[in-house]
Amino acid sequence: MKALELVGVDKSFKKRRGEVVRALDGVSVEVGKGEVVGILGPNGSGKSTLVRVISTLVLPDAGSVEVFGTDAVRHPKQVQRCMNRVSVEASFFKKLSAMENLLYGAKLYGVTSREARPRIKDILENIGFAQKRATEPMEHLSRGMQQKIALARALLTSPVLMLLDEPTTGLDPRSKKDVQAFIRKIRKAHDSSILLCTHDMGEAEELCDRVGIMMDGKILALERPEELKRRYATNGRVPTLEETFMAATGYSVEEASAEKE
Amino acid sequence: MRGTVKPLWLTEMVAVWGYVQRNYFLTKRYFMWEVVWLVYVTINAMAITFIGAGVEASGGTVDTQFFMTYLLVGALLWNYLSMLFDVLSETVSWERWEGTIEYTFMSPSSRITHLLGMGFYAVVYGILQTVLTLGVCMAFFDLDLSNANYWGALLVLAVASISLVGFGVVAAVLPLLSPEKGQQVSYIVSSVLLLVSGVYYEVEVLPGWMQAIATVSPVTYALQGARAALQEGAGIAELWESIRVLLVMGVVFVPLGLFVFHLGERYAKKTGKLKRSG
Repeated sequence: MKALELVGVDKSFKKRRGEVVRALDGVSVEVGKGEVVGILGPNGSGKSTLVRVISTLVLPDAGSVEVFGTDAVRHPKQVQRCMNRVSVEASFFKKLSAMENLLYGAKLYGVTSREARPRIKDILENIGFAQKRATEPMEHLSRGMQQKIALARALLTSPVLMLLDEPTTGLDPRSKKDVQAFIRKIRKAHDSSILLCTHDMGEAEELCDRVGIMMDGKILALERPEELKRRYATNGRVPTLEETFMAATGYSVEEASAEKE
Repeated sequence: MRGTVKPLWLTEMVAVWGYVQRNYFLTKRYFMWEVVWLVYVTINAMAITFIGAGVEASGGTVDTQFFMTYLLVGALLWNYLSMLFDVLSETVSWERWEGTIEYTFMSPSSRITHLLGMGFYAVVYGILQTVLTLGVCMAFFDLDLSNANYWGALLVLAVASISLVGFGVVAAVLPLLSPEKGQQVSYIVSSVLLLVSGVYYEVEVLPGWMQAIATVSPVTYALQGARAALQEGAGIAELWESIRVLLVMGVVFVPLGLFVFHLGERYAKKTGKLKRSG
């Protein structure tokens, strides 16, 4: 059974003045059990809509979304129990402490404080987060620390499917490395399947078993990084992932993002 | 956690407690703001109560003690009921402002659990605030509460809270439909309730069409019942008419509120309006 299977998913949004934006256009993706699949794409390519559709926050216009064989549109509660998400914004109650936010997040998944506290201690130790800072309001923590707490919040509910939507965007290099190292640890220590959306080529290549390229709501390719690069080889030279992205889309990630803005 | 399977009712109860505890944590963090609000509410209730004394000073012929008690009961009840309504109706806009709405809506706890947790905390917090304000006002004014049936008034308040929760849930859907203007519309609903429900005057003084609106406002019956209990010492038998109407309203408004909210949530998920930026 696949951890995640999307077949022919379409999603359009109506903007003001009647303009229609096609955010997802016939998207089909599979994530195997224990697999890490990366989706590379510029801003506005549809990555976040894809994550929102899987996490039951946006209803697709067409197509099917299954998480471990369960239809996410018809049975959202069943699906929500087995997955969690980390997005580019850390999204916490800013006045509450990390501990208070984590305890609250755990309870929404039926995990009591008594069950959550030792687990929070373990996770915070694992990510090198000083226990004493866990009682400080979130607004006093750096972006990198907030993002680590966001990962801890997701992990606390033991998801079998994790959706990581640009978890390292906007972080300083040190925090970025820490968060990436933590994702690697999660992968090793848990049998979670991960869908990682990013526009960081190095991150995708380093963390993912397979990488897809997304542009204008379409998945243009989805293969192992080496195979993907070989597909765009010219004159026997295997390009970098960045060059592969440019060959597939006609743009660099920066150019494509600027095009959307 | 993986491996420990709890029955569904237990996970939902844990989630209810999660919402209650979160609101308690937030009250603690905003403690000074809460104190300022309590002082404002108390002074506001006192100012309204003084209108009763002002009528006599202006040459009016009223039973001043009775009228001051009448106004104070209106002020206190309106403070409690409007707070309950506001907490429920701000459920969506508040989480959207904090940026946590998507995490709440993608969690497996049901919407009933979510709104129940919000409502439960608002009821407990509102009753504590009302009791404190009443205590201060009782020490300050010579009120006529010698025959008061406090338990009867509490019963009316409890039953009214249920229907107000349903009303608030209907209003909570507005920010889902329009992230920019929805919350403002819910303030209009709240102000209409204040105008037509007889908070500071009898409903009978209103024009006929306003009296018609008053018949569907739970605040009208809550005030009638609470005033009868506190000012006339009415027993359960005399309060039954108000309680009966409030119960019927609760039975109608709570499921209606949840149904409307479900439709609003579905609309927001179809149009992508759930996310913070709208």
